[in-house]
Amino acid sequence: MSADIIQAINLEKHFNGGDIKALNGVNASVKKGEVVVVIGPSGSGKSTFLRCLNLLEVPTGGQVLFEGVDITDKRADINLHRQKMGMVFQHFNLFPHMTILKNMTLAPVKLLGKSQAEAEAKAKALLERVGLSDRANAYPSQLSGGQKQRIAIVRALCMDPEVMLFDEPTSALDPEMVGEVLEVMKELAKEGMTMVVVTHEMGFAREMADRVIFMAEGKIVEEGAPEKIFSAPEQARTREFLAKVL
Amino acid sequence: MKPSASQTWPLKAPDWILNGPEWLSDLGYDFYKSFVFDNRYQMYIKGLGNTLLLTLLALLIGVALGVVISLIRVSWDKNHTEMQGPGRFFLGFFNALAKIYLTVIRGTPAVVQLMIMYFVIFASSRNKVMVAALSFGINSGAYVAEIIRGGIMSIDEGQMEAGRSLGFGYVATMRYIILPQAFKAVLPTLANEFIVLLKETAVAGYVGLTDVTYAGNIIGGNCYDYLFPLLMSALIYLILVMFFTFLVGKLERRLRSSER
Repeated sequence: MSADIIQAINLEKHFNGGDIKALNGVNASVKKGEVVVVIGPSGSGKSTFLRCLNLLEVPTGGQVLFEGVDITDKRADINLHRQKMGMVFQHFNLFPHMTILKNMTLAPVKLLGKSQAEAEAKAKALLERVGLSDRANAYPSQLSGGQKQRIAIVRALCMDPEVMLFDEPTSALDPEMVGEVLEVMKELAKEGMTMVVVTHEMGFAREMADRVIFMAEGKIVEEGAPEKIFSAPEQARTREFLAKVL
Repeated sequence: MKPSASQTWPLKAPDWILNGPEWLSDLGYDFYKSFVFDNRYQMYIKGLGNTLLLTLLALLIGVALGVVISLIRVSWDKNHTEMQGPGRFFLGFFNALAKIYLTVIRGTPAVVQLMIMYFVIFASSRNKVMVAALSFGINSGAYVAEIIRGGIMSIDEGQMEAGRSLGFGYVATMRYIILPQAFKAVLPTLANEFIVLLKETAVAGYVGLTDVTYAGNIIGGNCYDYLFPLLMSALIYLILVMFFTFLVGKLERRLRSSER
């Protein structure tokens, strides 16, 4: 068994019966403890790729292996595997009818069979770490965007995931709030969390990534260490993209 | 003397009514025969009780039915492209049934449904309130289903994705995350459906059920004078509707001021 925690094999996602090829044969793997950042122009399929990893988007072809198990297999219990794959969305997707604490404890209590007290203790410890312990009983609508996203991250962490998937976590934030969210993500990376991050934050990619994947037109164009991708890209398509965003 | 239904005509009102000025004694006489004579006021009270009971039972049946139908419709619409096997077949079958139900119930008058229910389907039953409640409940269920379906569809797609990404199944996500929000969103609309239903039960007299309308109708017939009896029926509905509208308004304000 390899050290790959996630392996995508020839992933395809076609819409309209093949007219639109959002993913067109993507092969990628993520090792335990690795931070992989996926960059690329909009419409390149990077979000679709990420959402295929936990089957929020069901691929039309190919396989996803998670901890060596093919989760695209119909017999696989996807709900069980998703418990180990935390996901953070662009638009936070907190549950507006619940307090922050309830947001964080619902899944551990209902799915992991934890007691409410146990789950709350963990949730409070996590809130402490992101500096939001005073908002435990607030509702999501009372928080700023940056606070919401930090809560979304710790909500996913409450499930003790093996991997964290980030789908453009800072794209919907006001500029002055991007920093606080990236800070939490950096800390998480330093602790050795396995992360797959789709983002436009090139600074984060350069600083934190173990590996950068550049996607365009539904395919991986180039991948490698951030130093290599950002300073000496091999592909013309990569150079063209980086010239625009850097 | 025991009051009886056959005693339909008060020959003379009590003297204290007739001794007043002429216009007042005329009004007093009409009032007397519409409400006091033969204990007729009791019929309005009975009608009021029946109307409220009917509306409440119909609402309970309607909401239960509406939740089930709307869940079938939403589940099918959102999942059928990705489903396979017997699950898809059953959901498809129930979805087709739900569509037929919605079309037939919303495409025919409630009063016709009531008469079919009472004179044909439950022809052997004499329990008018239960049969009418069932009929109005089935009728209301179709409208409630569409209200709740609208509520579920108004919830952001991301809520389902967030629930699923934590490891909740489709049903659990619906139960813990989508439905509570959807209910909160449609509560005022549902309360209005209750008010509509209240007035819709006014056709219960078609099967001889003594509701507020039918009470006024019968007494008017007995008095050979419909003015006071029908005004009284109208007044009872008006007061009820005003009261419930007030409650709905309070509810809406509370929902708006709470976190969301």
